[in-house]
Amino acid sequence: MSDKSDTKQAASRAPVSQRAFTVEKPKDTTGIGSQVSITIDDREIKVPVGATILDAAKELGIHIPTLCFHDDLCVAGVCRVCVVEVEGQRTLQAACAYPVTAPINVKTHTRKVRQARRHVVDLLLSKHYGECYACVRNNNCELQSLAKEYGVDHFRFGHPDAPIYDPDESSYSVHRDMNKCVLCRRCVRTCIDLQEVGVLDAAHRGVESRIETFLDKPLADVVCINCGQCVNRCPTGALKANDPTDDVWAAIDDPAKHVVIQTAPSPRAGVGECFGLEPGIPLTLEMNTALRRCGFDRVFDTNFTADLTIIEEGTELIQRLHTALVQKEPVALPQFTSCSPGWVKFIEHFYPEMLPNLSSAKSPQQMFGAIIKTYYAKVNNLDPKDIVSVALMPCSAKKFECNRPEMNDSGYKDVDYGLTTRELARMISEAGIHLPEVPKSPFDDPFGQETGSGVIFGASGGVMEAALRSVIELVCGIKVEDLYDHADIIPVRGFEGVKYAEITVPDVGPVPDILAHLVPNWDWLKGATLKVGVCHGTANAKKVLDDIRAGGKFSECHFIEFMACPGGCLGGGGQPIPTTAEIRAARARAIYSEDDRSEVRKSHENPAVLELYGKFLTDGPCGEMSHKLLHTGYVPRGKYIP
Amino acid sequence: MLVPVQERLRQDIEGWIKSNGGDRSSLLPVLQEVQKKYSRISDYAMQVIADLLDIHPVEVHGVVSFYSFLKEAHKGRFEIRLCRTISCDMAGRDRVARQLENELGITFGETTPDGRFSLEWANCVGMCDQGPALLVNEQVFTCVTPEKVHDILAHFKKMMDINVFQQAEEH
Repeated sequence: MSDKSDTKQAASRAPVSQRAFTVEKPKDTTGIGSQVSITIDDREIKVPVGATILDAAKELGIHIPTLCFHDDLCVAGVCRVCVVEVEGQRTLQAACAYPVTAPINVKTHTRKVRQARRHVVDLLLSKHYGECYACVRNNNCELQSLAKEYGVDHFRFGHPDAPIYDPDESSYSVHRDMNKCVLCRRCVRTCIDLQEVGVLDAAHRGVESRIETFLDKPLADVVCINCGQCVNRCPTGALKANDPTDDVWAAIDDPAKHVVIQTAPSPRAGVGECFGLEPGIPLTLEMNTALRRCGFDRVFDTNFTADLTIIEEGTELIQRLHTALVQKEPVALPQFTSCSPGWVKFIEHFYPEMLPNLSSAKSPQQMFGAIIKTYYAKVNNLDPKDIVSVALMPCSAKKFECNRPEMNDSGYKDVDYGLTTRELARMISEAGIHLPEVPKSPFDDPFGQETGSGVIFGASGGVMEAALRSVIELVCGIKVEDLYDHADIIPVRGFEGVKYAEITVPDVGPVPDILAHLVPNWDWLKGATLKVGVCHGTANAKKVLDDIRAGGKFSECHFIEFMACPGGCLGGGGQPIPTTAEIRAARARAIYSEDDRSEVRKSHENPAVLELYGKFLTDGPCGEMSHKLLHTGYVPRGKYIP
Repeated sequence: MLVPVQERLRQDIEGWIKSNGGDRSSLLPVLQEVQKKYSRISDYAMQVIADLLDIHPVEVHGVVSFYSFLKEAHKGRFEIRLCRTISCDMAGRDRVARQLENELGITFGETTPDGRFSLEWANCVGMCDQGPALLVNEQVFTCVTPEKVHDILAHFKKMMDINVFQQAEEH
């Protein structure tokens, strides 16, 4: 791997005014003079030059409250909650934006500091309309905790008694209520720097300033990709996901409806956080029991269609390579993955000319929706119109995806409702279930058998790893374990923003039965080098696409995995709040440990998938039937708003 | 040959960006050029500028909405901005304001139906020692009295009649 870039580098395009506060931290901290001593509340510590007071305080275990500060984002220093007294400075200083360059003496809780912070919180509350008990972020709100921490017992500077703005509920995925906004600009920095989408920014001036979309248009009409990263970083309830739980409960309560739920791998790694567990404790089988107790008729594993995606997308890749290498005809390469609906909308808006590169395979969620209302309905003698198909996803963009008008290939809406991890946790709590304590139970048949390849879809690089495991075995006729220890393809794992790997096909084996109708032999791939790329976060996707446009290294790739959210699905916009790099790493560990424990770890060995091709999709991967049900088309949307 | 307005706007913006350095720091000068020629900054202009500077349209909108002197919508040919800060206030800006409203038949924040004048407040134009002060487009008038208001307006009305064929291009 040669191209490593951290997601934090995305902050380099931050407005100059903000970049001034972003201090380059020296990498080598052992050299003479690169350390500086700082005294906080009479305790001394040495920190690298350029570290902020907040960094130093964290290392000492001293708590300084923050609001606009977020680990993933560049420093803004706008909320002034983190002010501290620095000896020799006339005014209070924001700890998050004060780089230590000379020895200083800091006090974090003098009378002056306490009073200033209390006033800041009072001022924030004077423009914050909303009742905490009628808010989705009740008990998980940073403003609420600050008010508690600073003993707010009355509204010193008043409190709005009526909403000022109409909430924007136009989007299928993300709802905005600017009455609750405290102008911390976390969503702005997320949308512009972290994701390079640029939907939200501060507009107007002074008391009139507010966070707006372009021309204050509804969210559904602008270039929003629905990734929900802003929701994950909003300190209050100003941004939230569209919540369909009432509809899901209504379907469960209706005896005529057969309600099935598919669960993606990432929510299992995250849902425990909603029940007070440490991040990184998977609750897969406990969740199955809880879902049945909530009243779902069947609980399925999205990993089944993740494996199906690998077969379909892998076959499509082989077809494209065959066209390019054997028939020597022009074909769109590299092929892009299409599992992430945020990424799909990103490319539709910003790079519509590259849509032919996008795999036509649907995402696992939509494949499962189509299979449930066709194959599953037929096998179980159910009328598809009585089936309500719910999807548990770590994702807010999935809500938009299941409402795409083209996603009804089964004759009905393939997936009826998309639930996020947070919403499901609320449903489970509402049913009176404490998730960590319920017994375990397996997934329902006929899609019960899960594979490790499906589980790792949740982490960045997972789709690529799953695809490579299958491609190596199907093409080379050898075991992956012969090439990679324990079939762990380490080069595509990890949280670097952009990853690149090359794999040489050592030898070719016989064509397996499942692909026999497409290619006569593998001789044309002998000695070929498969070049693959992996990236996560749309800011990194932009880098890769610009590189392809310029004819760089990635234009020679064959297959590139794109995920809209930092860290992949496990850092998705529907996952529990808060999110930081450490939390995402813990969730990734949970996902890889699930993979480790799986009996079957390769998609093409999933018996349920093979059975589906034997019984239902009889013309094989990328055949007529699978094209009808499992593939889709895309809309070039463009970025100009009329 | 007739060039579509949007195409001409795009070509103009390309030229202005080039002559102002080409990076995102050229945003403000380019916005001023657009406003000077087209009398406002349209939605389309904002998106073209964002596209060519490799920033987001919402950032351009943030800048346009921040500055009072940049406008999204058409306003009067002559924009009158009367200073409302304390020293002009004490020097008698209320009488001047009333005279302006009476002469033009509009209140502050409005534009005359014929599109000639619009009336705005300004916060300090830096002429505190010679108040009350007002701006007509980029021209400063100091020590304004109600009598002077009539002369100023008459002057610009006359100018408007002479230049009736040279109005700013609109799109």
